[in-house]
Amino acid sequence: MGNLIRSKRFWLVAPAVVYIGFFMAVPLLQMAYVSMLERGDYGGVNWGVFSMDAYISFIFERDLMDNLVVNTDYLEIFARSFGLSAMTTVFALLLGFPTAFYISTQPQSRRNFLIFLVTIPFWTNILVRNYAWMLLLRNGGLIDGALNWMGIETGGLDVLYTPYAVSIGLTYTYLPFMVLPIYASLEKLDHRLVEAAFDLGADKRRAMSRVILPLAAPGIAAGSILVFIPCLGAYVTPELLGGGKFMMIANLIGSQFGAARNWPLGAGLGFVLLALVLISMMVYSFKFKSLPEESR
Amino acid sequence: MSDVVISARSVGKTFGSGADKVTALDSVSVDIFQNEFFTMLGPSGCGKTTLLRLIGGFEQATSGQILLEGKALNDLPPFKRPINTVFQSYALFPHLTVKQNITFGLEMQGTSRKQADGRAEEMLELVRLEEYGDRVPSQLSGGQQQRIALARALAPAPKVLLLDEPLSALDLKLRKEMQVELKRLQTETGITFVFVTHDQEEALAMSDRIAVMKSGEILQIGAPREIYEAPTHRFVADFIGDSNFLVGELVDGGAGERAVKLAGGSVIALSQDVSDQRKGPVTVSVRPERLGLIAGNDANADQLTGTVSTVIYFGTDTTYQIDLGNDARLTVRMQNGAGAKADFAEGDRVAITMSPDAVRVLAD
Repeated sequence: MGNLIRSKRFWLVAPAVVYIGFFMAVPLLQMAYVSMLERGDYGGVNWGVFSMDAYISFIFERDLMDNLVVNTDYLEIFARSFGLSAMTTVFALLLGFPTAFYISTQPQSRRNFLIFLVTIPFWTNILVRNYAWMLLLRNGGLIDGALNWMGIETGGLDVLYTPYAVSIGLTYTYLPFMVLPIYASLEKLDHRLVEAAFDLGADKRRAMSRVILPLAAPGIAAGSILVFIPCLGAYVTPELLGGGKFMMIANLIGSQFGAARNWPLGAGLGFVLLALVLISMMVYSFKFKSLPEESR
Repeated sequence: MSDVVISARSVGKTFGSGADKVTALDSVSVDIFQNEFFTMLGPSGCGKTTLLRLIGGFEQATSGQILLEGKALNDLPPFKRPINTVFQSYALFPHLTVKQNITFGLEMQGTSRKQADGRAEEMLELVRLEEYGDRVPSQLSGGQQQRIALARALAPAPKVLLLDEPLSALDLKLRKEMQVELKRLQTETGITFVFVTHDQEEALAMSDRIAVMKSGEILQIGAPREIYEAPTHRFVADFIGDSNFLVGELVDGGAGERAVKLAGGSVIALSQDVSDQRKGPVTVSVRPERLGLIAGNDANADQLTGTVSTVIYFGTDTTYQIDLGNDARLTVRMQNGAGAKADFAEGDRVAITMSPDAVRVLAD
């Protein structure tokens, strides 16, 4: 009887399983396969001709004498991507935590409204938002113009097409992903624990550092992951706000499938990124697995 | 038991403003003494928790003053008061171990690590949970969490310990155990306990003194026996234990004593000192177990008589509902067992006996 119900229930998830299984697993396996093939001369791959060139050329290149020498170009792009993503995550955290904390201290009716406000940027297409930032940041743009109008001679803001512009744009795009999980953990936080901290002699600063922050840590970690990982894969923002000059991983992968006509390398880069993300996720789950549940 | 530790002077507290204004406390004054187990007892919404939170510093009084050993506390935030709280929900820090919970307050005071650890051991021993120092609160049962909350609040050696209905989440058996435990802790530590509860039995069992509160006011303060045996208000008599209420008129009972004449003509003698100035209709309260029954035809003219309407046997005692006529009713509880004389059945005509000291004239 129980088995029958269980087997019937399986049909509830079957469509989703088939859909995800097919459209995620199959392309992923296909790309894994592609990454281990020889590149075709005009794009594509030579099916059936295996080669580890993609993974080798991630770190090495062949000089004129056909010797392998270390080539740090791709590593630099990876490092830059991680650096930019980390910077963005820090910005988002610095902006997001106070915002989430403020919202969590508001009365219930107001909280819902404020959370609604946080999600408003999602309503606009990401391309449109990035073009809007270009208009804001460019020399002679809205910000530059306003500063000059106020008598602050900028001589051109020179922010657009720099890593800073990319980070500003990414922070803006992913800020809600930081605010929402932190808010969720702060909202669950039992206010009486803060009172207990005060009661035991902790001032506001120490109540924050000893009670609120540790209890919001899972939310902070979740928010950081939700910002950091999509940042690593960001394509549109570095393309537009970085002007293509500051390539990030996604742009590099894109160019391998496009202009560079090196599909195996593009696929290989994708798997290197996936591996790095998985490793950081494992570190995260290992770190927070042992965290006790909030008291009932 | 002579030095005043906490003194509330005409303390008032209102929440909200305009049409939504709620008065939680209405000019309450009370002195709480050194080494006292003081209980604030009342139904929910009577202001007992508000008064506790005012003492703890979690709320600011709208009017009046709270003094700690003679010094005004009004503007002092909770973390600067030598007062600790055991919260109703325990509010143990879930991310810290039991030991870290206990040393939290000491650390905030700047106590050295070593000393704090020693004190934690001492506290764990005091609440008899020596082996649990390294666990986290979620691994403890409700009763154990309760003890740790106590240990945590006692560790910094506060002048006053506030307890906000700490036993309400426990089941009956555990609650009884913790009542004894709390009393023991209070005696052993010598710290003044201010306890808030809506459970009258709990209050009677543990307290040195009880303040009975209703609608933001303290109606009566006294030792448990005094509160039970000599309630001043109908609310107090009704809230603590069971009580019979009879309406009558104050008359001169002869020999300098006063008496109450009931509507039916019977007269109840009083031993209570009631001012000669007081006249007119009054309500008196009599506890059911302070009443006795005799057969109706043995009664004299002044005695209260009625008919037994219900008999309920409880084992240790039997409760009789007596119909006095004119919609008036009395409950009489008589102990069973050796020496028990009365045995009446429904429909029996009975007369009610009561000693003058069992009868209390109420203030309202």
